Amino acid sequence: MAAVEHAVEHETTTGLPNTKLAMWLFLASECLLFGALISAYVLYRGADPLDGPTPADVFDIPYTSVSAFVLLASSLTMVLALSAAQRDDAVRMRLWLLTTAMLGMIFVGGQVYEFTTFYNEGLTVDVNLFGTTFYVLTGFHGVHVTVGILMLLSLVGMSLAGRLPADAAFPVEMVGLYWHFVDIVWIVIFTVVYLIPTGTAG
Amino acid sequence: MERTETRPVGPQTAPPRPSHGPHPSAKEYVRIGVVLAVLTALEVATYYVDVSRAILIPTLFVLAVLKFLLVVLWFMHLRFDDRRYARFFVMGLAGAATLYLIVLLLFGAFSG
Repeated sequence: MAAVEHAVEHETTTGLPNTKLAMWLFLASECLLFGALISAYVLYRGADPLDGPTPADVFDIPYTSVSAFVLLASSLTMVLALSAAQRDDAVRMRLWLLTTAMLGMIFVGGQVYEFTTFYNEGLTVDVNLFGTTFYVLTGFHGVHVTVGILMLLSLVGMSLAGRLPADAAFPVEMVGLYWHFVDIVWIVIFTVVYLIPTGTAG
Repeated sequence: MERTETRPVGPQTAPPRPSHGPHPSAKEYVRIGVVLAVLTALEVATYYVDVSRAILIPTLFVLAVLKFLLVVLWFMHLRFDDRRYARFFVMGLAGAATLYLIVLLLFGAFSG
């Protein structure tokens, strides 16, 4: 791997890398964002059941289950990329990063298809509060996945251009933390939004 | 003669030290991945099984919490890293839970 000398773990007041600490702080703030969106969904999804489609009318659990498996698999490929980076195996690292990005693209593609299907079935953003909170919550999550894909592809590009630091595992670990966070948010969404029947939560 | 220790005044920096212990091997990651897949399959299976909501909802929550913990502790390495990272994250989770409880209270969810 062509490497650029770059001191990742320099002296800090905490003894911890500032970048990693900042990433965890950012993820903590993201908990609040998604906590608010999930709260709004749980409170509002059954608020006006007479207008427009309900979750039971539109959800296709087998289809969404495949998406859940795909995103879960991408978390595994992400840690395999990190493992390869820690062994200084640049080829496998790039391979796993590309696989992770591809799985992310499959997930986002599936979400676009799902949104299109729901729209054709009459579930628009403004038809009822279920539609509004559902699209905002899952849409925000989809945007996060998309940003993660761009970060993964950037890592691959930087690796190919020899612009990753000597300790390539560090940036891979940082992107990985973000990617796994997106995965755990989906774990919650999949259970709360899709699997728990309407009217029983919140 | 008594010796006195002088300490530097002002902002101090700590020497660099490993912020994490050894991470799991690729094989261990795969094993965790298989467990996650099995837990997800169990979640999906609840959709096809006719059980009462009183059993279904706690089961789904337990499965989701198990998956959440496996990803956070192993894939995000909180089990192996410095505990201060975990404190940051738990702070965010506690904030999200507090926010949810406040919203429930505002909407009178506990007022019968």
